[in-house]
Amino acid sequence: MNALEVRGLRVSFEHPLGLVRAVDDVSFNLAPRERFGLVGESGSGKSTMALAIMRMIRPPGHIDGGDVLLGDGNLSDLSGEAMRRARLAGIAMVPQGSMNALNPVMRVGDQVADAMRDHGVQPSDIAALMARVGLPSGTVDKYPHELSGGMKQRVCIAIAICLRPTVIIADEPTSALDVVVQRQVMRTLADVQQDLGAAILLIGHDMGLMAQFVDRLGVMYAGRLVEVAPIAEIVRRPRHPYTELLIASLPSMEQKEPPRGIPGLAPLLRDLPSGCAFHPRCPKAEGRCVTERPEPREVAGGVVVRCHFA
Amino acid sequence: MTAPLLQADRVGRTYGGGLLSGTPNVALDNFSMSNGTGTPSVTAVVGESGSGKTTLARLLLGLTTPTSGTVRYRGEDIGRLSGAARRSYRTDIQAIFQDPYGVFNPFYRVDHVLTTPVRKFRLAASRAEARALIEQALRTVGLRPEEILGRYPHQLSGGQRQRTMVARALLLKPKIIIADEPVSMVDASLRATILGSLRRLTDELGISILYITHDLATAWQVSDNIIVMYRASAVEAGRAEEVVKSPAHPYTRLLVGSIPQVSLTRDWLAAEPDAPRAEDRDAACRFAGRCSSAMDVCRVQVPPLSRIGPCHAAACHLYGQHAQLAAEDLNDVLA
Repeated sequence: MNALEVRGLRVSFEHPLGLVRAVDDVSFNLAPRERFGLVGESGSGKSTMALAIMRMIRPPGHIDGGDVLLGDGNLSDLSGEAMRRARLAGIAMVPQGSMNALNPVMRVGDQVADAMRDHGVQPSDIAALMARVGLPSGTVDKYPHELSGGMKQRVCIAIAICLRPTVIIADEPTSALDVVVQRQVMRTLADVQQDLGAAILLIGHDMGLMAQFVDRLGVMYAGRLVEVAPIAEIVRRPRHPYTELLIASLPSMEQKEPPRGIPGLAPLLRDLPSGCAFHPRCPKAEGRCVTERPEPREVAGGVVVRCHFA
Repeated sequence: MTAPLLQADRVGRTYGGGLLSGTPNVALDNFSMSNGTGTPSVTAVVGESGSGKTTLARLLLGLTTPTSGTVRYRGEDIGRLSGAARRSYRTDIQAIFQDPYGVFNPFYRVDHVLTTPVRKFRLAASRAEARALIEQALRTVGLRPEEILGRYPHQLSGGQRQRTMVARALLLKPKIIIADEPVSMVDASLRATILGSLRRLTDELGISILYITHDLATAWQVSDNIIVMYRASAVEAGRAEEVVKSPAHPYTRLLVGSIPQVSLTRDWLAAEPDAPRAEDRDAACRFAGRCSSAMDVCRVQVPPLSRIGPCHAAACHLYGQHAQLAAEDLNDVLA
């Protein structure tokens, strides 16, 4: 049984100029204890997907279809109250920009206790929980402004793991931190994951971080998954031209090369190009890509790509 | 010898430390560098938050006054510039800031940030000429004017907004651009595009750039020189190649080793964790508490800057046998 299974998830937003499909028919799964990454440019739908899995999409956005299975329970069938209880207890999120996710006028220990109490659990051993995410003793009594960015991020991890969920969604947990602190925080996340035996869905845009952290990677473009493969396959041989360009846009420490961005702009989600949504920016595009939308195909063991040429 | 265009001369900045506010917080300590002499180049100032890199940018831009030392423009203290000199300082030195969202007023069209400098600095005699100037600046940074002008900020992507800010800086034909974390809020592929356009400003228009960042990888990618800052001081400086390929200071080594690489070897998480020693927190060398090579001398004596190569210097006792380099001569090792 998978820890998390997403099947045909679709999310759209109402917009005066038309419907915006932010997540379009996305399916993937996380095995127990697996680390799965999702990458894509801003606006590719990766954060929306995280919110949709947690059923936290607010109007004008709505989930149009698909199922989210946590273990053997279907989250899509839960009532609002049951879903509220499942969040944190079954599936927890370390939000993007945790710097601003904490309440500035409340001691951080109380914020962790609050989360537990809200789920009917008597808060205990908060100091031990703080120690587990690598925070020095005494942090419980601190206010967020007294902590560094890395420490605030750890507090958010402590909140996420306080009820021992089986799935942790981490949405760009280290994008505002420098590399040294980033590595410490990711190491903490890996440690608590091992402790809990949880699966991690890591959302981000840094291919280097993904290459070093996740087991499998999904690449999103314009609301769709364009490639899903074991990370070693992606590093060795990216199949989708977009994946290849994403990797190439990262500076190589081996050789000094001029920066190479991906040409063109991400498409407007309410007005997607015909055929393959990536064709206007794709170096390999041909006539077929303009007219025919590529369907996902398994091209090798565990490697699924949406490209006519893969 | 003519005075450098922009020079920080033993500049320091402390915050707090008044009668009631306890120990002063040193944001920048006795820092010297100059820019705008010789061949145009990109110099990166790399450091973690709190290393003093943004304080340096603000001091050079005249947004903060130094508590010691002087920032000079063409040899004159920027705090005492006459009207005409001040005007030319405000033209020659331009800034690009971190947040491509916050710099725009959402109620004005994007054109506003571009027409304001044209008007204030009387760059154009007519409306048509102004329009031509603006369009040219936008094209220089790889934007299509028809996609930018007449729009509101929310209609542009983060990358378009940041490049519009680069275009704004270009309108004034500056000699130096100080870019404070210009790409930290955009994603990897756009990052490369924006940095590519900055690099071209140096190569094609001869504008020197001071690129302030916490990201050593992009600094290496676009810069000729790198200065690594750690808690208010420069700990290493030199040609980008030297600093990244043969990092000398233990902090630079830690930085280089912490960059996650797209590679099949997954050793990033496995590396030895960095465990600060509390007893060395007040050591003379500010990095001693985190340093795996810390010696007795590091606890009692501030490491001077040593010249370890023609284009390479580090402030670390490991290089004590090399010739010392006075802090104000930091520029000697920059290309």
